[in-house]
Amino acid sequence: MIRVTLPQHLRTLAHVGDEVQLEVAGVVSQRSVLDALEARYPVLRGTIRDHVTLKRRPFIRFFACEEDLSHESPDAPLPEAVATGREPFMIVGAIAGG
Amino acid sequence: MSRVRLLVGTKKGAFILESDGKREKWDVSGPHFAGWEIYHMKGSPADPNRIYCSQTSGWFGQVIQRSSDGGKTWEAPGGGVTKDAQGFPHGESNKFVYDTSPETGKPLTTHQHYDGTPRPWEFKRVWHLEPSPKDPDTVYAGVEDAALFRSTDGGTTWQELAGLRGHGTGPQWQPGAGGMCLHTILLDPSNDKRMYIAISAAGAFRTDDGGKNWKPINRGLKSQYIPDPNAEVGHCVHHIAMHPTRPGVLFMQKHWDVMRTDNAGDSWQEVSGNLPTDFGFVIDVHAHDPETIYVVPIKSDSEHYPMDGKLRVYRSRKGGNDWEALTNGLPQANCYVNVLRDAMSVDSLDKCGVYFGTTGGQVYGTADAGDHWAPIVRDLPAVLSVEAQTLS
Repeated sequence: MIRVTLPQHLRTLAHVGDEVQLEVAGVVSQRSVLDALEARYPVLRGTIRDHVTLKRRPFIRFFACEEDLSHESPDAPLPEAVATGREPFMIVGAIAGG
Repeated sequence: MSRVRLLVGTKKGAFILESDGKREKWDVSGPHFAGWEIYHMKGSPADPNRIYCSQTSGWFGQVIQRSSDGGKTWEAPGGGVTKDAQGFPHGESNKFVYDTSPETGKPLTTHQHYDGTPRPWEFKRVWHLEPSPKDPDTVYAGVEDAALFRSTDGGTTWQELAGLRGHGTGPQWQPGAGGMCLHTILLDPSNDKRMYIAISAAGAFRTDDGGKNWKPINRGLKSQYIPDPNAEVGHCVHHIAMHPTRPGVLFMQKHWDVMRTDNAGDSWQEVSGNLPTDFGFVIDVHAHDPETIYVVPIKSDSEHYPMDGKLRVYRSRKGGNDWEALTNGLPQANCYVNVLRDAMSVDSLDKCGVYFGTTGGQVYGTADAGDHWAPIVRDLPAVLSVEAQTLS
């Protein structure tokens, strides 16, 4: 089971708590995790990555195991600790004013 | 007894204000969608309890919300109700994809950036939602980068009316200071095929065939920063208002200048008259007198606040040129707020109510067409939009 944490506004939008758990088939990558997340919570489509290009939105960052994975390939395997559920895949809103 | 509901969009959430017909005591609910920018909310004339809401964020993009009970509860249309062939719920209420198909429009890939260089069209947010007067499930959305979309399934899916961008001048369009936004949509209640839209800083456009073909309607507009006095596009139109009984007469608050047309935009005349400054954003028309109009003059394009610290609405009972200041109940010292383009609205009770919101978080109202004003709320986040609904 993959653990995913969401920023507060997306938790509110999807009506979920601090962390969601997802079944992800095959390689556990940013893309497969986000595909599973959006399939389960379709209201999140377009809020983390663009609808059409599927690129990460500019003010969204991805972290796991104390590393910034935002610029990794979407198809690169995520760390084993994420794939085994020991560590969460963290979706974070970039810090900015307002 | 009739009631009034105000839909107030702010920088940090949505608020709904309700009163009986006296319009003296108001109930306030909100913030809905706390922390998000609510660019606009508007109710369906065909079903006033159907309300559409543009919820947007620089971080998380666009969400369209919909209420079917007058704003008590909300849903993102398609966010889990319907399912596709694989059994997954659709989540397309926020999917605004520009049409590049040759069948429905002339594909456009660029407009002009501030510096004149070509930029690809990129969806950013919905500025304005305009529900159909007849069908609660049909609603139009004006978006940034400027384009017009329509939904006929209650906001679940959206299709661009690509003829607007494709009509010919699109590659010349440039953004105004607030972005290249399509912020005004006026539907002619007497003619399903006619509508008007306005874009900052491209100008005003009209369709007479339901959105397939469009033409610029900017003849008579003068803009100092455009060298060509007859420029077809490039005018920074801030807002346009129309009275439903006279859909061929439009009133415009341009970047500078208040304008009117009596021939559906074929030509415009300036009606700024004795206004102390003719810069501003809002303009609206009295519900029962189509020659009575309201503006809020703002000092200048570099000083976005009222002149002399005095918040004054100006009213013309003659369709422009001859204006009177309305000050009773409005702050007349040390007031330096702005009133943004979609932040004024009128109700349709016997004595017309007029409402406007400020960047200081106040919403002011009058129950006698502007003779007396009072704050309804004082301390909301900066107000982006105000829409009034008259409920029976």
